[in-house]
Amino acid sequence: MFDIKRLCALVLLGLASHAQAANEAAFNPAFSLILSGTYASLRQDPATPATGFAMNPNPGHEQGFNIGESEMGISANVDPQFRGVATLALAAAGGVSVENAYVQSTSLGDGLNLKFGRFFSGLGYLNEQHAHAWDFVDQPLVYAALWENQLGEDGVQLKWLAPTELFVELGGEMGKGRGFPGTDRAKNGSGAGVLFLHVGDDIGSEQSWRAGLSLHRTRAVARESSKVPDLHGNTVTDQFTGDSRTAGLDLVWKYAPNGNIKERYLKLQGEYFRRNENGDLSYDTGSGGTNVTDSYAVTQRGWYMQGVYQFMPRWRTALRIDRLDPGSASVGTANATNVIANYAFKPSRTTLMLDYSPSEFSRIRVQLANDQSRQNLSDKQLFVQYIMSLGAHGAHSY
Amino acid sequence: MNKIISALCLLLLSNAAHAAINLFACEPEWAALARQLAPDADIYTATGALQDPHRIEARPSLIARARRADLVVCTGAELEMAWLPVVLRESSNGKVQPGSDGYFEAADAVTMLEVPSRLDRADGDVHARGNPHIQTDARNFLPIAAALSARLAQLDPAHAGAYRQHLAAFEHDWRAAIAKWEQQAAPLKGVPVVVQHQGFPYLAAWLGLRQVAVLEPKPGMDPSAAWLAQVLATLQRQPAKMVLRAAYQDGRPSEWIAQRAGIAAVELPYTVGGNDEAKDLYRLFDDTVARLLKGLQ
Repeated sequence: MFDIKRLCALVLLGLASHAQAANEAAFNPAFSLILSGTYASLRQDPATPATGFAMNPNPGHEQGFNIGESEMGISANVDPQFRGVATLALAAAGGVSVENAYVQSTSLGDGLNLKFGRFFSGLGYLNEQHAHAWDFVDQPLVYAALWENQLGEDGVQLKWLAPTELFVELGGEMGKGRGFPGTDRAKNGSGAGVLFLHVGDDIGSEQSWRAGLSLHRTRAVARESSKVPDLHGNTVTDQFTGDSRTAGLDLVWKYAPNGNIKERYLKLQGEYFRRNENGDLSYDTGSGGTNVTDSYAVTQRGWYMQGVYQFMPRWRTALRIDRLDPGSASVGTANATNVIANYAFKPSRTTLMLDYSPSEFSRIRVQLANDQSRQNLSDKQLFVQYIMSLGAHGAHSY
Repeated sequence: MNKIISALCLLLLSNAAHAAINLFACEPEWAALARQLAPDADIYTATGALQDPHRIEARPSLIARARRADLVVCTGAELEMAWLPVVLRESSNGKVQPGSDGYFEAADAVTMLEVPSRLDRADGDVHARGNPHIQTDARNFLPIAAALSARLAQLDPAHAGAYRQHLAAFEHDWRAAIAKWEQQAAPLKGVPVVVQHQGFPYLAAWLGLRQVAVLEPKPGMDPSAAWLAQVLATLQRQPAKMVLRAAYQDGRPSEWIAQRAGIAAVELPYTVGGNDEAKDLYRLFDDTVARLLKGLQ
């Protein structure tokens, strides 16, 4: 009798440990890897910024063959309350950077969605999309100049989805102000704030749309820009300290015959951003520089419009039109003869794209651009790109 | 005591909400089934019969509808994995997340076919849990209806009796309809067919069709001209009677093969709303059987 009991206990123990081993494997998070590479042929030095935007970042392009960043994604539910997501970018030259590392609530209910950690801000339409989901090799000029391609934030995001048939989503973010136009400062409280509103719906079974309004506010402290042209014909290093306020509008409209995106579809989108910066500019702060500080205020604007057309299964073509306006700055008297207030040039670019996707997991792309973003430096650009995704089948957002 | 209080609360709550369950159906067949089992429910259908169910976008409208849902009814088995996870996550609706009572997968109630023995994307768009196109076998609706009805009663216990009655009525009528369809479809037994997409194993298993070739070289991959020529060569050795495709699929590959092999190209509605005749579940199978029989001639 005793032996049978012991045997039973052993069997149960064995079963339990077997089940545990199986479960441990089953609990592995979803894992995905994006492999991408680009070949770029450019006529001008990609390090030259758009005219009038020398004080903004210039993410530019890489010339020749370039494997770009391989992106590794890991995600899983943490527990019944939270879901964790990490996206690591493996740089071609070595090194790993944390693109996203956030935790998202899964059970707050009432349409509330809380996200914290490092994430792409919910402002605009393109900002949250990862590079492998872009419809072009590069971001629009307005995203490159005003957000250094994408605004990433270390902070907290709270979204609320209204209980209506119409999609109405309201979101707010507070963060460190890590990315441009903020400056990463060690201080209590928030360095940057974002508010956004998204509204969207279907029109019949064939059309859908989403419109958005975004507001961003941060403060820059001693934000340094090098190689800024001045009125004396030199390039100097400047520093800006002051408030930065940006407002944006975005609209996306999609159409597919019978609503079947497998066969054919058309996607039109446009975004507009307007940024006002107001504060003090320190001119020529480099070693041995004159270092003159006076007031500085400027309003920069930019927009893009693009259309993507899938004309047959797996084949898409697209056209994008980019415009930037550096605005006319009010420069304090002390710097009036130093700092360029008006460049009298509006950067622009026209881009054509064709891509082929052998499956949902692979894409090969050719892109041509007529880049007039730098005065007297017209550029014809050619790109060839591949994007491959391995592992977990990540669902894409709208 | 607690049970009585909570039952009373549920009753009050359900009365306050006018008792209508808000149901989000991923595909039209589940919306049609829900209409049989819960005629009073407020039912939203997320996708249409002319859309490829593998390729849907997480549109804002879907997120807004999922936010208000009490019950999400989907095929499951990864059919909706390209869009449903985003819709459910963004809906911030705790009631309908996978694993909760408000999330129902029809595939859980039936025996899956074509469960792959190896998982490799080199094999195309394969689903780990098996072929998800379970709605083409009318018999599958019986266990799914029973499970869905039980779930409705669990979510809305105040109307459990009504759900049981609707289920009993549906089962009675559906069994009679299956018997009728099987009798009509008797000539189809053993008939060799070609399929455009690997989307008909359940239909073939039910009616005894014999699948001899697939037009897609791998699941989800469009056939090239060279591949179609190869299929044509297969058909010369091993003739088929007809080539089947779903309403949402591009007709060209089927028509190409049909013309050259001298067989019938049959477009099946595949789900409710796939054509003008397939207006509800009963007429979906009336029309499916009728079109298959016409293909034999």
